Amino acid sequence: MTFFSGIDFFVVLVLACIPAVALGVLEKNLKYYRLLASIGIVGYIFSNELKNLVFLLAFVVGEMLLIKIYLELRKKSRNAFTYRLFLFLSILPLILAKVSEVTSLSLFQFLGISYLTFRVAQVIIEIYDGLIKEVKVLDYLDFILLFSTFSSGPIDRSRRFLADSSKVLQRKEYLDLVGTGLIKIIIGLFYKVVLSALMYLILKEEIGCCKTGLEALEYAYVYGFYMFFDFAGYSLMAIGTSYIFGIKTPENFHLPFVATNMKDFWNRWHMTLSYWFRDFIFSRLMMTFIRGKYFKSRLTGASVAFITNMTVMGLWHGLDWQYIIYGVYHGILLAINEAYEKKCKFHKKNKNQWWYKGISWFITINLVMLGFFIFSGQFTKAITLIIGK
Amino acid sequence: MEEKVLELLEEICDDHVVFEDRDINLFEEDLLDSLTFTELLVELEERFDIVISPSEIEKSQIDTPNKIIAVIKAKVEEN
Repeated sequence: MTFFSGIDFFVVLVLACIPAVALGVLEKNLKYYRLLASIGIVGYIFSNELKNLVFLLAFVVGEMLLIKIYLELRKKSRNAFTYRLFLFLSILPLILAKVSEVTSLSLFQFLGISYLTFRVAQVIIEIYDGLIKEVKVLDYLDFILLFSTFSSGPIDRSRRFLADSSKVLQRKEYLDLVGTGLIKIIIGLFYKVVLSALMYLILKEEIGCCKTGLEALEYAYVYGFYMFFDFAGYSLMAIGTSYIFGIKTPENFHLPFVATNMKDFWNRWHMTLSYWFRDFIFSRLMMTFIRGKYFKSRLTGASVAFITNMTVMGLWHGLDWQYIIYGVYHGILLAINEAYEKKCKFHKKNKNQWWYKGISWFITINLVMLGFFIFSGQFTKAITLIIGK
Repeated sequence: MEEKVLELLEEICDDHVVFEDRDINLFEEDLLDSLTFTELLVELEERFDIVISPSEIEKSQIDTPNKIIAVIKAKVEEN
């Protein structure tokens, strides 16, 4: 069994939802049942691979200890070195997992570790910032293990999550949430089972990749739409399920293909990821640059921050050239985007004209699709072929 | 203090309008974005000794000069 796929999962999902809805309708706190359901479902999915279950347990317990110890140390003083050490330790399992993908190591390579790491790292960072002063074990487990978002997000934030999880909704409010959740699940299923599967079929059966530029273009577009329906569909199902369990997990996609510039695109595509990177990497780098006066011009600093930010994002996808190039590519595009908007008089004068928006949209969608082409691995394959000749 | 905050906003947004319309939406009017926002946070630290971390507040909490002033006032009281 795996998350949001196959009849067996959906049967389990429906059964797990019944007590949740009953509790919700009775205006009872969903917290304990939710945690029980998460442990049950995650545990069952991990039960066929003992090694992964052990790594998951080690991760959950280890990170909990890190958080608890760091909370105590932070109460005594706000020391930058201790902070960096604990932050590093919290992402160390993910680093080991990523290194394992390309070496003979095999550590912490369990389903969901990429997404779980965001959540624990956020807690450590916000303890340092003084925003989090206590973490209760049950709340931590509830947040980390929530089965709907366990393996692929959306990436929620702990303080936002806690506000939802500690609230008991009135019957009408809860039923509205369930209704919206069900609609999201149905749209998500349609995206994933029908549209994404259709795109996949076209990709595998119809298009050869990539003897000509036209074929490459075709492949890029179909792959881009496949990625969208697959991931947006999955996210919708995850969000809808969270709703039924009383958690308003944040949205992940908002019409990404209508974006009229690259910044706009990242405010619409995999939003919980790009906002996480914005809040915890980009903004902090930028602030360090400004405080230390590292760069003469703001724009140079911003370019370095954009490229670093997106390269880390690429690395997070995997230590593979296709992802590294994908990250650098988006970093450079964002830097150019920024410089262009700040410097170009033509842009400032015409940005609200319909024809200008049309052209901007056309350029943006093609840059986005080229990005997906890189992400798909076809770009690096083509390059190797050319060099090989 | 309000004056000082508005002066800072005028510098960062490069527009005197923040004095004239204190309810103007800074993000919608392209006066503030995620980049200049980080500048604002650093300046608040340096000039007012107020530490706000980037993940602390939502955009909707600070999208007008009035809201920014309110956030700063609340922070000052906390200290």
